[in-house]
Amino acid sequence: MTNEELLSYLTGRFADAEIKQGVQYVEMTVKAEDLHETAVQLKETDETSFDYVFCLTGVDYAENMGIIYHIESIKHRHTMVLKVRTADRVNPAIDTVSDVWITAKYHEREAYDLLGIHFNNHTDLRRLFLEDGWGFPLRKDYVDEIRIVER
Amino acid sequence: MSEIREVIINSDRLATDEYLVNMGPQHPSTHGVLRLLVRLEGEKVLNIQPHSGYIHSGIEKMCEAISYPQIIHLTDRMDYLSAHMNNEAVALCVENALQVEVPDRVKYIRTIMDELARLASHQLWWCVFGMDLGALTTFFYGLRDREHILDIFEETCGARMTVSYNTPGGLMFDIHPNFQKRVKDFIKYFRTKLPEYDRLLSGNVILRERTEGIGHLSLSDAIAYGVTGPSGRASGFSCDMRKHQPYSAYPFVKFNEILDNRCDTFARYDVRIKEMYESLNIIEQLIDNIPEGDYAVKMKGVLKLPEGEFYQRVESARGEFGVFIVSDGKKNPYRVKFRSPGFSNLFALNKMTKGHKIADLVAIMSTLDLIIPDIDR
Repeated sequence: MTNEELLSYLTGRFADAEIKQGVQYVEMTVKAEDLHETAVQLKETDETSFDYVFCLTGVDYAENMGIIYHIESIKHRHTMVLKVRTADRVNPAIDTVSDVWITAKYHEREAYDLLGIHFNNHTDLRRLFLEDGWGFPLRKDYVDEIRIVER
Repeated sequence: MSEIREVIINSDRLATDEYLVNMGPQHPSTHGVLRLLVRLEGEKVLNIQPHSGYIHSGIEKMCEAISYPQIIHLTDRMDYLSAHMNNEAVALCVENALQVEVPDRVKYIRTIMDELARLASHQLWWCVFGMDLGALTTFFYGLRDREHILDIFEETCGARMTVSYNTPGGLMFDIHPNFQKRVKDFIKYFRTKLPEYDRLLSGNVILRERTEGIGHLSLSDAIAYGVTGPSGRASGFSCDMRKHQPYSAYPFVKFNEILDNRCDTFARYDVRIKEMYESLNIIEQLIDNIPEGDYAVKMKGVLKLPEGEFYQRVESARGEFGVFIVSDGKKNPYRVKFRSPGFSNLFALNKMTKGHKIADLVAIMSTLDLIIPDIDR
């Protein structure tokens, strides 16, 4: 599907979501509680069949945390962006999609490690790069004690 | 005698308990500081847990404090063998965000440099792949040829590996007057040397025995784990960004995306060897046709990206490399994410190695062509 077709298809299918054409991709923002169900539908429906997550990014938006999934369908060769925001910023939690897309399991671990986003039902949520007890460096209020980033 | 052998192989009495072995962080076959926690039963691998982060350098955090042209210099340090592709990804992302169109000359030079970097990377991979399997000769042959490319890089931009040749809007400097001649000499030279690689290693009986049918990764698994690059294409996963999202001068050249359906360690080996021939073809199509013009467009002193989110995908030597920039309109980004190919590829290792011998683990890991700073960032 082209971006326009994808845009109209998604608008008809997901009434609760906020869908718009971004700079490059179609962007769909869903509510946190709908995330898992949406992910399953995007992957399992034949028309969309988004089976490949090529990027998963956590962002600290000051009032809450955002998670951005860049997904692609290998069958149809179309790409879209799925976005979700957590309710809380200090103890953010969101449902995992690692049972839908396996690779998300490791990208979610990275988001947990660097931003402290807790993924519910994740089977192996451990720190990936840093030690237990280290802060969450990609949060905007992280104190850079050894001043390696900002001088 | 043969009866005794039979007993040793099939007897339950000799079964050993499961045990754990740490492979790394200082193990020659991990090619860097990576620790694999391997659960073994005898020599059979039951499970692998990769532990990374030994050289986590917080590049994404550092990017938030510096300007866009400066970020390019950090991306060299991630996948140092695909340094030029990483630079290009950031440069393209910033150019797209600012809607700057670079001259054709820049596109051509960038693509030639991309392919030279890919060749150099595959050559080094071939060296160490042979070495991991105990064939030290390949190391000398591969490095001998790679030296020619590094010399071209040095003459072009002053650095051999961390090139930082790209800048938003074009290139740091124009090519050296010798560039075209040297590249053409190199292609002529390497066309005679590349068949040597096949003669030395590809047909070797020991290599075939140790690679064919080992480390199977099915197409669906490759997609599910996001294994891209030559490793993904060896499972039939058509994931070449040069074909699917053409950038720079790739729309102007004819080349084949190398796909293989054998899905095993040898397929991953074979895809890389064939890709080297393709890279030579691409350079040959471009090297004589570099258009005249500027090597960069004039950009503002301080680059400020418009508010929004920008993504750029390029094909690095080990897979799909992505740059995701979230901008709030200031001179430094609000958030930068690098989608590194090695990160996704690493976690498919457990799937591929299960049930094989520990010696095969080394061969399988070697064909994934992992670069550790690329994983840890």
